[in-house]
Amino acid sequence: MLTFILRRLGVMALTMVCLTLVVFYLVNLEPNLRRLALSQIDMRSSEQHIESWLTRMGYREPFLVRYGQWIGVVQKQPAADEAGNPVSRFRYCTEPSEPTYSGVLQGDFGCSTTFRTTVADRLWPALGATGILMFWVMVVMVPVSLLIGIFAGMREGTRTDRTLSVASITTTATPEYVSGVIFTVVFASWLGWLNGSAATATSQGISFYNFTLPVMTMAIYGIGYIARMTRASMVEVMTQQYIRTARLKGLGFGSVVVKHALRNALIAPFTVIMLQFPWLLTGVVIVEVMFRYQGFGFTLVSAAGNNDIDLLLGASLVSVFVVLSTQLISDLGYAYLNPRIRVQ
Amino acid sequence: MQLEFVGWFQILLGTLWRFWPVWLALAVLFALSFAFKKRLGLYGQILDTGVGIAGVFICGFWLFSAIFAGTIAPFNPLGQYPIMKDALPGAIEPNSGQIFLFGGDTLARDVFSRMVFGSQIVMIIAPAATLFALMVGTTLGLPAGFFGGKIDTFLSFLANLVLAFPVILLFYLLVTPGIMETPIPYTMAGIFFIFPIIFFCTLFYTRYSHRPGLLAIQIGLTVLIGGWIYAGLVFNADPFGIVAIRPNELNIFVAVVFASSPGVFRIVRGLSMDIKTRDYVAAAQTRGESSWYIMLWEVLPNARGPLIVDVCLRIGYTTILLGTLGYFGLGLAPESPDWGTAIKDSSRLLRAYIHPALPPVVALMSFVLGLNLLADALREQSLKD
Repeated sequence: MLTFILRRLGVMALTMVCLTLVVFYLVNLEPNLRRLALSQIDMRSSEQHIESWLTRMGYREPFLVRYGQWIGVVQKQPAADEAGNPVSRFRYCTEPSEPTYSGVLQGDFGCSTTFRTTVADRLWPALGATGILMFWVMVVMVPVSLLIGIFAGMREGTRTDRTLSVASITTTATPEYVSGVIFTVVFASWLGWLNGSAATATSQGISFYNFTLPVMTMAIYGIGYIARMTRASMVEVMTQQYIRTARLKGLGFGSVVVKHALRNALIAPFTVIMLQFPWLLTGVVIVEVMFRYQGFGFTLVSAAGNNDIDLLLGASLVSVFVVLSTQLISDLGYAYLNPRIRVQ
Repeated sequence: MQLEFVGWFQILLGTLWRFWPVWLALAVLFALSFAFKKRLGLYGQILDTGVGIAGVFICGFWLFSAIFAGTIAPFNPLGQYPIMKDALPGAIEPNSGQIFLFGGDTLARDVFSRMVFGSQIVMIIAPAATLFALMVGTTLGLPAGFFGGKIDTFLSFLANLVLAFPVILLFYLLVTPGIMETPIPYTMAGIFFIFPIIFFCTLFYTRYSHRPGLLAIQIGLTVLIGGWIYAGLVFNADPFGIVAIRPNELNIFVAVVFASSPGVFRIVRGLSMDIKTRDYVAAAQTRGESSWYIMLWEVLPNARGPLIVDVCLRIGYTTILLGTLGYFGLGLAPESPDWGTAIKDSSRLLRAYIHPALPPVVALMSFVLGLNLLADALREQSLKD
């Protein structure tokens, strides 16, 4: 078991290195660097000016050296001013003016050029805000989808089953930007019950009025999928021999479902829920942009829109880490919950 | 000048009337389908269930809307009629006397016509991208599952790498205006679009290698047609000028194929691992068939059930991805009538006007729903066998 976890962690680290290399390559493409230079100096700078800025800031050093600097295994060089004296690269991040080892391994994620602050200052609060959103989404999504799935799968082929199945197919056909618009029209424009923007959630705190729509919008897309998986799992369990035995020995239907079927039927949905995280990350971006909530997704979009290299790298690292660790947890949890499967 | 309006009932009638080519085509489709149901195999069987009929109906509706878009839409989707800015549904355009059935958007374009023309973009890109993803995923997934070992480890690692990327981040990195100045989209297109040619060449070669005459025709046709499309798509150098794709569309296309191939790969790999243990595979091995023959002519045909279901679901998912791209304004032209862009434009002004937002939203949702229903019916039928 321990070797299995260690091997998985090794693969995870390798995956993260590969992915950050790809992201690093893509954000450092020539057009992107030029865009960054133009946003940092003057919009009407000459070709020569841009080139000298890129050289002075160290963007012209070899690719692998710069990647090493970002990781923290190569010394980060300070920028040079017009006369060639070493100065801090970005003054608003208090970057040192002498060569240091300062990368991700040392806990330094770099400097956000869009928000004019360190990446850590920007990223962690945003992650916290998204964590709150995710928490409420999970609180809504998991019980609702499990209940729908269990009720549908309990008695396969009945009218309840068919109604609930069509309902869950409908929700899987409703991406966040569709359900967001529909909910806003119904609950904000038409009924006026809820606020169509979560911008106040950041400044004045979360309330039912400003937070229900984003949570609802995000939860609805996942509900259908998890419910369908739960239904399939429940249907399979209900045809097992031990369920028939339990029925034949005279147990009531409700008691059979709760005591015998549920425990086995909920193993598969657990992994499905964990594997929903990559989807939720995309959902977070859409919902946060749509409802103007200052979280991780919002930060990611503004970083990508302005080619904010360090912030974008930090954000990708975080999201890839979330995806990979949920995969690991789902595998381990599955092995733990299902005694029939033991990891070799 | 005061605009004249027609009532809700007339809007409804007018909308139904504008779709007349679609109703006609659907009527013909269903009449033929029911007449020859017995002979249509799986497609005939799904018409036994209400879910299947609903799925075929919705998908057919949008397919025919895309085909007859020019006849259905009364206005040019990009045309602006200044007086109709933010006009409510049912407003009559004074010059032509035609009705803006679903009103005008904030740039004074006809929402109805844009919705109808938006279906064209979805109908072209989503199925095509799914088919390419299917080719890439199948060509790589079959050997990964069949041989296992190092090939499998390597290819699975690559697939997991792509799957670990949040889709939205992938799109932000791959579909930017800047990247079109670099050779990356063209390189990726060059790699992805070669897969169908490889696939079909191997397919024919493994089966007909002992009949050189037939094989030569098949390989020749594949290379000719494949190369023609390849030249048009990747190098934009189609000698006849028929197959052409704009750089931004190529970029979207490549990004969507890239994002969905690993999913197909995983499914095909799993199926291939499962099927290779069957007796008929062992029989073929005893006959001395080559590995690729077994993969393409024994394993693949027996994996078609789950694959067809997956393709249906995946076209829907690709539609959602296209909508996401439009919603974030990535890749597609800002005035493009596709549903995602329309949702983006209208959702910003939701507080003032809701009517431009609803048609694209309902269109996208209904099309994906239709595909999901179709997939559900297909799955149920293939489980029955």
